[in-house]
Amino acid sequence: MLSSQSDRAGFLPLAQLPSLLAQLRERGYQCLGPTVEQGAIVMREIEPPEDLPRGIQAEQTPGRYRLTSDPLNRYFAWSSGPQAIKPHTFAPKESLWRVERDETGSLQFAAVHPPVVRQAIIGVRACDLAALALQDAHFLREGRRDAHYAQRRDHLFLIAVQCAQPASTCFCASTGDGPTPTAGYDLALAELADGFVAVAGSDQGQAVLDDLNLAWATSQQIEAARQQGASAAAAQTRSLPGRHLRDSLMSRLEHPRWDEVAARCLACGNCTAVCPTCFCHAEADTPALDGAASEHERIWDSCFGEAHGHLHGFNVRADIRGRYRQWLTHKLATWHDQFGRSGCVGCGRCIAWCPVGIDLTEEVAALTEGQP
Amino acid sequence: MNASNRLDAGPPHAATVLARIQESPTIFTLQLRLDDAAAQAAYRFAPGQFNMLYLYGVGEVPISVMSDPEERDLIGHTIRALGRVTRGLAALKPGDRVGLRGPFGRGWPLQEVGGCDVVLVTGGLGCAPVVSVIHYVLRRRERFGKLVIIQGVKHAEDLIWREQYDRWAKLPDTQVLVAASEGAPLWPWHVGRVTELFSLANFDPGCAVAMMCGPEGMMRSAADALLARGLPESRLYLSMERNMQCAVGRCGHCQFGGAFVCRDGPVFNWGEVKPLLAHKGF
Repeated sequence: MLSSQSDRAGFLPLAQLPSLLAQLRERGYQCLGPTVEQGAIVMREIEPPEDLPRGIQAEQTPGRYRLTSDPLNRYFAWSSGPQAIKPHTFAPKESLWRVERDETGSLQFAAVHPPVVRQAIIGVRACDLAALALQDAHFLREGRRDAHYAQRRDHLFLIAVQCAQPASTCFCASTGDGPTPTAGYDLALAELADGFVAVAGSDQGQAVLDDLNLAWATSQQIEAARQQGASAAAAQTRSLPGRHLRDSLMSRLEHPRWDEVAARCLACGNCTAVCPTCFCHAEADTPALDGAASEHERIWDSCFGEAHGHLHGFNVRADIRGRYRQWLTHKLATWHDQFGRSGCVGCGRCIAWCPVGIDLTEEVAALTEGQP
Repeated sequence: MNASNRLDAGPPHAATVLARIQESPTIFTLQLRLDDAAAQAAYRFAPGQFNMLYLYGVGEVPISVMSDPEERDLIGHTIRALGRVTRGLAALKPGDRVGLRGPFGRGWPLQEVGGCDVVLVTGGLGCAPVVSVIHYVLRRRERFGKLVIIQGVKHAEDLIWREQYDRWAKLPDTQVLVAASEGAPLWPWHVGRVTELFSLANFDPGCAVAMMCGPEGMMRSAADALLARGLPESRLYLSMERNMQCAVGRCGHCQFGGAFVCRDGPVFNWGEVKPLLAHKGF
């Protein structure tokens, strides 16, 4: 954003934010955006009159997430909530197919197709878009598209918002994924005091922008947005090494740090639940009470769960050391083999939502200490 | 069964149990036929590939196909009754229905053998994925050199297909070496570790392909023994086992380093997995 297309940037005054949502609703989209629920920012349907929360910041430190007030009274001062796009493309629980059994015992299998829902999400971050690109690489793999994921993905409209106030847990600048969105959105906004610099990233996004009849953003506004992104990047205190970590981590599989982190880790799976790139899921069957049918569902799963490595009569990863090592080495090392890049987009959710505050950047630093 | 069905995550095809054979107290074989005649006629698999078998209302398990690839009327699976699904499958009778999707994964590199010797090393129920290789070789005997079948079991009574081993041992250019860690009265084979038999194996290390299946510790020892005999690493293959739920490289349970065992395996070249096999808990 604000680079290749900045010459075509419009300016959306604050008062016109509701008309953007109205435009999307007119086009048949269900509008999801930030709402405050149980003390966190979560993406929920925004009903008219458009009422986005304003002046809310999300203070995040290891093991801690608290909403506080933003002195600048911005709409998008919160850096991230526990979830953004993932539950809307890769459903936490859904039926894949069902089977019916008649009196003769014969089985009739049928695929279950999710209903078509056109969703627009306002307020996704650069890290979320980078994570979505990785989920796309997994679920829309050439020749093996996941029909359920694809159906939701094909009907998604994304309005990204530049992160101006990163949390202390954020490190997207070091992974190259933020804080300013550069790709993967339909519309991208940068929030200034009196409105938003807006650019389109797709034809649908351009059509929405055209219908809003915005004035061009001034060069001062564009420069203010650029500087805001640069300051947000500079404000980040955590980081991952910029180099490829695969060989560093895979050569330290017996490092004593794995035992040390395993002693703190509760194996609760919070990190994998909030991670926007984790894709593991279990498949399970739920028979109807009358015995005449059964649903085959998939449900988000975690490599920290005991069942994840279960194999007829023994567990491949029986201890927490093995599970933490599996998670970290997959995310930062073997992800490169599978998808050509690391599986971490620097959102810091795993740090904030870990009940004991385990910090992945700290673990990586300890594991690779002394390596070039 | 068209290509898109085979590759997708489901739903399965309905199949009927034609026969159920008790192989040992806990091991049984199900012979299945897809209810859709066209799907059955179109079903093809390569030795080493697996199917997902679905027990109504309970769930799915990955089971390698052990029947002969040229046997077009049935699909055979040998299963040990251990978990919720397999214990339920063990209770099925002829005429009962299951679901089946597959085949999945990469099978054994039979095209690479090219007239050389075939060494099969199996432990425990690991014999099931390679029995289809034995059938494959015996049906195309002129294309292969010597066939060496090395099988290890923990207890003598665990050995299934005992008559078949006796029969194979009598065939020309075929050697059968069986070991049980714990013997039994009238046990005709070796008592001890299966790796103690490798010095007796009669094959040309310069022109052979070895295929292993079984517990990872056994395969590591077997690999050491075969490589010590001079077999090049590039000619050594193994079949891996991991938790598999989707079978199409999506659910994530079977990941072994960067590989999805269900999709990139279950058969791997030794060199592909050797570095990680050394680390327990991967």
